[in-house]
Amino acid sequence: MTFETFSTGSSILHRLDVRTKLLAALLLIGVLAVSTSFPAAAGGLATGAALVLGAGLDRQAVIKRLLLVNGFVLFLWITLPLSYPGTPLFSFGPVPLSREGILLALLITIKTNGAVLIMVALIATSTVSDLGHGLSRLKIPDVFCMLLLFSYRYLSVIHQEYQRLQRAARLRCFQARTSIHTYRTYGYLFGMTLVKSHHRAERVRKAMVLRGFDGRFYSLNTSTIGSRDIGFAAVAIVLTATMLVLEWRFA
Amino acid sequence: MSAHPIIELQGLTFAYESGNTPVLDHIDLVQCERQRTGLIGPNGCGKTTLFHCMMGLLTPQSGTIHFKGSRVTEKSDFTMLRRDIGMLFQDADDQLFSPTVIEDVAFGPLNLGAGPESARTTAQQTLDKLGLRHLENRVTHHLSGGEKKLVSLATILAMKPGTLFLDEPTNNLDPGTRERLIDIITGLDLGYMIISHDYDFLAATCTDLAGMERGTIVPVEKSALHTHHHIHPHGTHPHEHHDH
Repeated sequence: MTFETFSTGSSILHRLDVRTKLLAALLLIGVLAVSTSFPAAAGGLATGAALVLGAGLDRQAVIKRLLLVNGFVLFLWITLPLSYPGTPLFSFGPVPLSREGILLALLITIKTNGAVLIMVALIATSTVSDLGHGLSRLKIPDVFCMLLLFSYRYLSVIHQEYQRLQRAARLRCFQARTSIHTYRTYGYLFGMTLVKSHHRAERVRKAMVLRGFDGRFYSLNTSTIGSRDIGFAAVAIVLTATMLVLEWRFA
Repeated sequence: MSAHPIIELQGLTFAYESGNTPVLDHIDLVQCERQRTGLIGPNGCGKTTLFHCMMGLLTPQSGTIHFKGSRVTEKSDFTMLRRDIGMLFQDADDQLFSPTVIEDVAFGPLNLGAGPESARTTAQQTLDKLGLRHLENRVTHHLSGGEKKLVSLATILAMKPGTLFLDEPTNNLDPGTRERLIDIITGLDLGYMIISHDYDFLAATCTDLAGMERGTIVPVEKSALHTHHHIHPHGTHPHEHHDH
């Protein structure tokens, strides 16, 4: 499992303080998410594309990420033109395809891709650890920051534990079939993984307590907001304002 | 005993559920400053439970724990004890939870009140001392098993303890890392108590030996460290040693 495909690099986006990037992403994606006009959505998509280019990320990896997301968008293209009320554009046999449905699906596609590109350029260019500490320094409650950091740290451990159990089952000639035996076995596998994770969490907590943990997280990260961050924040605000103006003019 | 006792147990009894057979049954034990004790015994005899009781992770039903002469009962007493005694868990994945090595090693010093800069320096010095400085910015869960074990030892040592409790430190280590661990541990200027089934490891690192059986401490001949029956992992025949 890989989470940090895009986090290594030396572009200006990689070197920005994580707080600047989080706030910029919040602004841009927030406006993009509520926009209803094509020019505003297209502005968001262009912003995302420009940021990804600016971050100098591996093109193929970005395209792969987009394909994954558009797999879900495909379902909208299948359902919306058929179900959304409006003027039929043309008929697919006896079934009419509505013009409004197609436009809506198109708008959602543009917005989704724009948002994903912005996320990739601004959020995925930080390591999970920096994100956790950045969120904490933005006064997000520690519980949420810890949830993020611990999920990241232990997801692969729990995944490995599950795989170990699964391998053990397979080595004893277990084959998944449509049978009660299969369902029961998977029930045991999931249940055992859950129990093991719980015990793991207990042990991790104990190990932390022994090293003086009292519920508060102290960070080694002392990075500060510099002129680079202020410059980027200004650009992000101008871009957001442009999208707002486009939305106001065309909506 | 010549030195000052660090931890002293009297009649320590613990059961996971009251009414069940106790896992620890009236344990009396003294660990002195700079004493190097090996603790051996079959699986499930209560060795790890004993460590957890002494560190205050489990609360015994009866018996007393004294730390440097004064009785420990309250949470705050154990906080003091934990500043002085560092415990290494069996599974390094339980110990290393931070995304990067340096953050994990600095975690203890930060909790003890060090600022970010001094915690980083302490962590770097500790890694240097163990020859692990090159791992500083590595992601903890991408380390090899041996690296994980040595880094988790570093996370304990960064808190500058006076005594160590090591729970089966050689489990699943390759011979090279095992040797390195022996060098590191014997080179430390502190006392420790080591749980292990690895006789050779205990012979190389410890000067005293205690045994455990079904929740009680049983005497073990000190000479057992040197004259013992063992099976070489790569040999074909079990044989006896009488080398001392």
